[in-house]
Amino acid sequence: MSTAATISTFRPSPTALRLRKVRDRIIESGLLVAALVAVFTTVAIVVVLVYESIPFFKAVPIKDFLTDTMWTPLFAEARYGILPLVAGTLVTTMVALAVAIPAGTIIAIYLSEFAPFKLRETIKPCLELLGAVPTVVYGYFALMMVTPFLQKFMPDLPGFNMLSAGLVIGIMIIPYVASVSEDAMRAVPNYMREGSYAMGATRFQTATRVVVPGAISGIAAAYILGISRAVGETMVVAVAAGLQPNLTWNPTESAATITAFIVQVSLGDLPHDSIGYQSIFAAGLVLMLMTLVFNIAGFALTRKFREAY
Amino acid sequence: MNAAVISVPADSIRAGVSRRKILDRVFVMIGLCFLFGALLILVILFLDLVRDGSAKLTWDFLTSFPSRNAGRAGILSAWVGTSLIMLVTAAVAMPVGVAAAVYLEEYAPKNWMTAVIEINVTNLAGVPSIIYGLLALGLFVYQFNLGQSIAAAGLTLALLILPIVIVATREAVRAVPREIREAAYALGATRWEVTAHHVLPYSVGGILTGMIIGLSRAIGETAPLITIGALSFIAFLPESPFSSEFPFFSFAWLSEAFTAMPIQMFNWVSRPDPAFQVNAAAAGAILLGMTLLMNGIAIYVRYRYRKKINW
Repeated sequence: MSTAATISTFRPSPTALRLRKVRDRIIESGLLVAALVAVFTTVAIVVVLVYESIPFFKAVPIKDFLTDTMWTPLFAEARYGILPLVAGTLVTTMVALAVAIPAGTIIAIYLSEFAPFKLRETIKPCLELLGAVPTVVYGYFALMMVTPFLQKFMPDLPGFNMLSAGLVIGIMIIPYVASVSEDAMRAVPNYMREGSYAMGATRFQTATRVVVPGAISGIAAAYILGISRAVGETMVVAVAAGLQPNLTWNPTESAATITAFIVQVSLGDLPHDSIGYQSIFAAGLVLMLMTLVFNIAGFALTRKFREAY
Repeated sequence: MNAAVISVPADSIRAGVSRRKILDRVFVMIGLCFLFGALLILVILFLDLVRDGSAKLTWDFLTSFPSRNAGRAGILSAWVGTSLIMLVTAAVAMPVGVAAAVYLEEYAPKNWMTAVIEINVTNLAGVPSIIYGLLALGLFVYQFNLGQSIAAAGLTLALLILPIVIVATREAVRAVPREIREAAYALGATRWEVTAHHVLPYSVGGILTGMIIGLSRAIGETAPLITIGALSFIAFLPESPFSSEFPFFSFAWLSEAFTAMPIQMFNWVSRPDPAFQVNAAAAGAILLGMTLLMNGIAIYVRYRYRKKINW
């Protein structure tokens, strides 16, 4: 005997189906709005910086802003030359890169080409903690530990100096440089390494002559990322480099960076419509343009050196 | 045909090989030195903060308001402020970040608008944090009239960590295999049903990890809060978010002035009096401890979820 199977079908009503579609479409537009927040943020940054610095540039000719060698907006006899702040920013960045690029690259080569799998997987998250330390803590480290330590060798070093701030920023950006360059090196296909080993090259030769040239675009991108971090770093320089604008290329002097100046003005109680106050938006605009230039340069470099596998 | 014969003495080949092998070993030593040197700095930093601040690492430090007297000063208003700001930041960054990531991964058509959004997310990750502070000052504080409040601070930090949350969520969502989606579609599920019932539950681990890492970044951010006008001397607590009467919670705290852990520490660091440096070290040790703890939790969550899911 065979029993006829009863198949019961569930048919949702047409209205329910239509409602479901309408709901889906509403949700989709909601998600799109969330994604557009990123675009709004960028636009808002540009608009706010430009709009708020218009009054500043009405009072200060752009020529003075770019060529004057004094930055004293808080003095009675105010001068508005951005150069000292730009110089301070570049000097601390250079010192930071002098630490982060060699250390970051060596660590990346070691992790990508030499380290055993287990070590790499455990050590990478630990290394990334270096980038997670609050920057104000790094500021304390630079001021209270690195500077006294350096003063043992350089008795003339002032308590506030760009050298120790730059060194500490360098330590801070090691993980960014190391992790992005390591990713780039690991993306180099294995057959290239194997070809090199087959020719009798050692691991070190393979790393420096095959893997690094093959990953150079990614490594360049890592350096650029490090540069924009260093340029935008605020608290370390605000704490340890001093707040006096000073047009110098000597890292053992004290000087202010663009970011440190913004902090200094924000801590004071200048009225919103004063020109000293508006100057922080002009300084912010310059900072934004500097990071933009580095990013575009990085993009161009990456394109130029890209190796096709 | 004449073959070129290159004759090299075997000894010199052997010498070259062993020299190159030594070079290999030397590089391993150098690599290990740099790697562990960098980690050693982190350890030294933490131990030094604890040592310098040990005199202040007491319960009283957590339950006292800031004071002009370094010995009596504490971080009560600072950690309460930080907690409330993190509440706002998480409440804004989590839904917006996850929604944006889901849109980009599951919905976005391949067109110029998607490309623009993606470029913006990448770019925002590289914008210096103090620029976010200036944005917040111009937009939240003056245009939206939020003033120098907890709400303004929370929103600023939410924007700051948005790229982190988006990138982490996208990675988690991308890791869900296509078969899962196709099986759900085959049963007649709509796109949202596939996302909400299948993709998101599988991505919870990755989303949580990204969220915790984002918050650990936000908790230590100082510059944007200084820019929007955080005060460093606050000897009162904002109104509690919970109340004893109906409806049992209140939002008055959102519009109150605030201070936060990193602000308090910065204030103490920048004082010349060495007694305040002890406070700064203690606050720094607590702040660093919280950051490291959050990162540890994130690593653990990622590890556990990765182990649990077998496709």
